Amino acid sequence: MTTTAFFLLSLVKCLVVLFILLTAVAYIQLAERKIVGRMQARVGPTRVGPFGLLQPAADAVKFILKEDVTPDGAHKFLYVLAPILAVVLALLSVTVIPVGGMVQLFGVHTALQLTDIDVGLLLILAVTSMGVYGVVLAGWSSNSKYSLLGSLRGGSQMISYELSLGLALIGPIMLAGTLSLRGMVEAQRHLHWFIFPQIVGFFIYLTAAFAETNRIPFDLPEAEGELGAGYHTEYSAMKFAMFFLAEYVNMITVSCVATLVFLGGWMGPLFGPVWLVAILPTLYFLIKVSFFLFLYIWVRGTLPRFRYDQLMSFGWKVLVPLALANVMVTSLVIALK
Amino acid sequence: MQLTLFLIFGALAVAGAINLLVQRHPIYSALSLVTVMGALAVEYLLLGAEFIAFVQIIVYAGAIMVLFVFVIMVLNAGEVIDQPRSRIAAFLGLPILTLLAIELISRVYGDFGATTLTMGSPMVQTGPIGQSLFHEFLLPFEVTSVLFLVGVLGAVVLAARREKPQVVAATRQQHDQEKAMAAAQR
Repeated sequence: MTTTAFFLLSLVKCLVVLFILLTAVAYIQLAERKIVGRMQARVGPTRVGPFGLLQPAADAVKFILKEDVTPDGAHKFLYVLAPILAVVLALLSVTVIPVGGMVQLFGVHTALQLTDIDVGLLLILAVTSMGVYGVVLAGWSSNSKYSLLGSLRGGSQMISYELSLGLALIGPIMLAGTLSLRGMVEAQRHLHWFIFPQIVGFFIYLTAAFAETNRIPFDLPEAEGELGAGYHTEYSAMKFAMFFLAEYVNMITVSCVATLVFLGGWMGPLFGPVWLVAILPTLYFLIKVSFFLFLYIWVRGTLPRFRYDQLMSFGWKVLVPLALANVMVTSLVIALK
Repeated sequence: MQLTLFLIFGALAVAGAINLLVQRHPIYSALSLVTVMGALAVEYLLLGAEFIAFVQIIVYAGAIMVLFVFVIMVLNAGEVIDQPRSRIAAFLGLPILTLLAIELISRVYGDFGATTLTMGSPMVQTGPIGQSLFHEFLLPFEVTSVLFLVGVLGAVVLAARREKPQVVAATRQQHDQEKAMAAAQR
């Protein structure tokens, strides 16, 4: 493949992924409002378009038209940088996520993935660990007590749970013997899903992932009842929308990783005519990811928020030791085999 | 193209390092250091060391520098006020700088040693790194981890030092007395 063709192909793939991602974020958010509404005996948004399906478009217009406020005494440069950082980092981790096997499309043989690097999982961990900056800088540069408190909470929470997140992934990495996400899915052929031997790791990952994305029951950084909205209290218009976007893209990434690492990615029974066999893997992948996204919404509608000291002691005294024990037991089993 | 990228990110690393020294506010200095780490990671990547590149980001940019930024935020450190220039720095700085420059130039024009990395070399697999780390260099690796453990223990000891129990008891007694007096007055 020539360099030009490579660049062109990459550009097209990036645009397609970006389009799908933004649409997905818009409709996950609508689904969240609808489902949480039902759980609270309301109906959620119904007015804009049939069944409220155009609500995301109305929200987008609102975000663009709102006044863009910068508080007095804010550190202007960092205040602008923080939301950009959050969005860029969130989008960066999507690049290594494969959504299916190899395909032949319009005569081009390509993988359903932006780039397949050998250490894909490490890239995702690296980007997650950088994600703290968005939260911390936003809160600090806003020149507001609530923002600062929110970002301090957010920062310490994300640092604490990052550890268990990484440790929980070590089990599957050892079982698969690779850090490549594609390789990891290939290792789970014939229903050898890693959730079965790694059930402990799976739940540790899930808990840590909820904390990393600042979602209920770990949404202390934004805790609307006590901090206003935490680190993004002072943000409005598109800058706020960027934080919003980053949070939902992070949710999607985390769900994708859970699917790829523990639920066998796009693996599943293949049957039927050729066209069905071609789209089934991606369909399986989407179904599994949707399950995790529904779980996010379900938990939001069900659980109350943690207290801050509970959050910290749970992270350090329960999750980390459990994850370490899981790593030790797994390596012992692999060594004895 | 790889050489161009290498030069761009090399320049970025140097610019970040200079900015680190020039900035007056500690948080901007810390962020410049993050930029340096990120640029270095890209250089590693260009030299085919994928694993090192991402570990560089996870450890330095994602863990150590986050703690730095955090501490600066918690202490709410402001801008550094101008201080009289240190005499020692003036005496030591220039000779050391000259020495470093000589060393660097001799390296560039001399021999880099047995192994040289070339641009666009094939990516180093993660497996061999683990092999050499846990076979050849097992002892240094373990010794380093013990060093870290000592550091953690030291931090815990420092952080767990509480006020003397007598003081706490005395305060409580006083508190009780005040309560009793208030009750008696009523």
